[in-house]
Amino acid sequence: MLGIFASIIDGVLVGLVYGLAAMGLTLIWGVMDVINLTHGVMIVAGMFALFLLTSALGLNPYVAMLPVLIGGFLVGVALYWISIHRMVGRPPLMSLLSTFAVNLVLIGVGTAVWGTALFNVEVSVPGISMGRYTFPGAHIVAAVLAAVIAAVLYLFLQHTRLGKSVRAVANNREAAELVGIPTTRVLAISVGLGVALAGISGVLIATLFPFTVLSGDGYQLKGFVVTVLGGFGNPVGALLGGVALGLLEGAVTPFVPVSWTLVIEFVLFVLVLIAFPTGIFRSRRGAL
Amino acid sequence: MTALLQLDKVSKRFGGLQAVKDLSFEVREGEIVGLIGPNGAGKSTLFNLINGVFAPDTGRITFAGTDITGEKPYRVARSGLSRTHQIVQPLTNMTVLDNCTVGACFGKENLPLARAQVAARDAIAVAGLEDRAHMLAMHLTIAGKKRLELARALAAQPKLLMLDEVLAGLNPTEVEYMIGVIRRIRDRGVTILMIEHLMQAIMSLSDRIVVLNFGQKLAEGLPGEVAQHPQVIEAYLGNPKLAEELQGSSAHV
Amino acid sequence: MLSMLRRPFFWIITLAVVAFALAPVYGNDVSLRESLLLDALYITLASNLNLILGYAGYVNFGSIVFFGLGGYICVWLVNSYSWPLAPSLMVAGVCVSALALIFGLGILRLRGAFFALATIGVIEAVQAFVENFTPWGGSAGIYLSSEIFRPLGGPAHALWVIYFMMVAVMGLSLYLSYAIKTSKFGLGLLAIGQNEDAAAILGVPTPLYKALVYSVSAFLPAIAGGLYFFKSAFIQPSDAFDLSLSTEALVVGMLGGQGTVTGVAIGAFLYEELRGYLLTSSTFANFQLVVSGALLLLIVLFFPGGLMGFIYSRFPRTQKVLE
Repeated sequence: MLGIFASIIDGVLVGLVYGLAAMGLTLIWGVMDVINLTHGVMIVAGMFALFLLTSALGLNPYVAMLPVLIGGFLVGVALYWISIHRMVGRPPLMSLLSTFAVNLVLIGVGTAVWGTALFNVEVSVPGISMGRYTFPGAHIVAAVLAAVIAAVLYLFLQHTRLGKSVRAVANNREAAELVGIPTTRVLAISVGLGVALAGISGVLIATLFPFTVLSGDGYQLKGFVVTVLGGFGNPVGALLGGVALGLLEGAVTPFVPVSWTLVIEFVLFVLVLIAFPTGIFRSRRGAL
Repeated sequence: MTALLQLDKVSKRFGGLQAVKDLSFEVREGEIVGLIGPNGAGKSTLFNLINGVFAPDTGRITFAGTDITGEKPYRVARSGLSRTHQIVQPLTNMTVLDNCTVGACFGKENLPLARAQVAARDAIAVAGLEDRAHMLAMHLTIAGKKRLELARALAAQPKLLMLDEVLAGLNPTEVEYMIGVIRRIRDRGVTILMIEHLMQAIMSLSDRIVVLNFGQKLAEGLPGEVAQHPQVIEAYLGNPKLAEELQGSSAHV
Repeated sequence: MLSMLRRPFFWIITLAVVAFALAPVYGNDVSLRESLLLDALYITLASNLNLILGYAGYVNFGSIVFFGLGGYICVWLVNSYSWPLAPSLMVAGVCVSALALIFGLGILRLRGAFFALATIGVIEAVQAFVENFTPWGGSAGIYLSSEIFRPLGGPAHALWVIYFMMVAVMGLSLYLSYAIKTSKFGLGLLAIGQNEDAAAILGVPTPLYKALVYSVSAFLPAIAGGLYFFKSAFIQPSDAFDLSLSTEALVVGMLGGQGTVTGVAIGAFLYEELRGYLLTSSTFANFQLVVSGALLLLIVLFFPGGLMGFIYSRFPRTQKVLE
């Protein structure tokens, strides 16, 4: 009994982090219908930023989130101007290709510099014990921070002037433009936020698991699944989708090899999309 | 005359909006039926239900004796029912001729490529686009795109042609020309169901009129009868100018 | 079919294929042969990807799956059942096409970007399958003994045979691209690529056409995969399902001009020559991905029509001859 309970908690803890990892992807997707294929590599950038900040400057890993947040935002704004701005209003596949191209460049630079060696960052946070089971402290901190970040993002989107502009642009870009919202600036800021979120999730993931330059792909793929489960651009939905994914992984890992979990998740992705070819999104697009 | 298209208690709801409710009417072979009603009455939704873009929640749609309720759009097109769109949908990066060849290839006759091109040229001539046959569809003017919609639907050699506001946004000369085209199409034996806001045009073209309001049938009959129908006048009273136009136009008939 | 013989473009393709086949024979130039073999492989992959990307407008990140699976099936038949090369290649092509049809009917119900994402899933799924599939050696792969070259007249002679077969596969890919482009099937695909909803309303049977083109675009790459891995006498998952080859096929298609037959072929040729040059220079060997990424970004941003888009706009008359 305790075993099941423990694996549920474990699934929730991991799932909250998956949800955070997907949040930046789903935000950009929801606001401008751009699937940011640099998301995975931005998560990795967060991981390596943490590695450099802790090993070179000796920063506390959780303090390192602040510079990553700021840096991520700036990188995101740059990404918008480089690869997304010219794609707005063109067929969606073009932005898919342009962000994919940037992804190739970044992955190429990353592998040229670091190879595909495994890195890790040590954190010491006391865990919480429950009978025979101990939940690692870093997992609990990461899950709590993920929930807090989602809540902050939700409040930002619902209750601040800028957040409302973001939602307005997501709903109808032309109408937002007509009522005087500077849509281009809002789009750039949204991409900045999305990338900053990717970076922060990278920091938190790096406190949990070892990583390589190529680790981002898996989280990006999970991000797609989380997005279709949780709805576009919805931070709370992303957390719930992430938790659903975490629980699913917990439920299937005893029975199938690890390399199959991604496949199972992808089958889920396709099935959800086939079951709700347009409906689930149309009704949820406005829900941002 | 036998019924070519029959709707039997067709309903469609989008979330909280009842777009079409318990709608029944028929279109007989060889006639021009006009579909009118205020904005948002469910006219375009009805077209989308008939040609399979949406499946109705309840009810039955029969075309040429076969049940086509909820059938996929390409099957409906193959069975001989073509349509135009209120918001034009050209295949932008293809020539006018190629656009129409697609219509002819995959329409009712399922023509091979070479014969489809002949049919396409014929339809282009009917719509008066000969001089622009090799132009890319995206370079056409809005009036040209409207004609392309018509030519492309016609190239499929349909039994029933559904026209969704082909006259909207045209200047009076172009309207005049289009009305002539529609008459010529009918003379070739094509049955027509058309949505139109230009009262004068639709009253003079149609053999019968069906009036929709809030997704339901408000009235049906000859143009003259419909225009005098008290409920129809009331529905249009929200827009007194339209109501006036409605009555004025019936005087011409 | 006979009418094809009257079209100039048919003869342009034929001329190119003959030139490919004869160039290394003249002077028995083995290193030229090896470089042209890779060119032929890239042209095959890019031309077949172009059927779905350039004509039907669907981005397939997973085109490499066809190549890898074809390689596996062929190598496995040769190794475990001692089949000769030719029937192994045919079976590989047919099996992969059939699989693609089944996959296609499922994932092609997804539109646009969602389809593209699902194709990434297809790579993951196939790779996970192969890594756990013991008859194919799992992640270790399959090695062929050098005995397999004996029926083809020994290793040296076999390499020539394989080269001619690869050139033939390239030629078939080009003819296929051209034949489809000028057919009713091709017209329907182009309509789907322009506006899928409008195409369906005009009567194009969109689900069937999409699944068919996905399946057709699998056949020749599977055979090319069989040839390639037969030649290496070794196959393992990380080579067979190398995502960068998928990527390069996309880049090549965009470089030459998606939807054109000539452009994609020239794009593949130029890219492969460039890559060959970059790989031999020590500075760039590590930056291959960076180069293809930067190239793709520049094309998408500034030259979405690719090389042929540029040529067509500069010399409109070429549009009539070069498809």
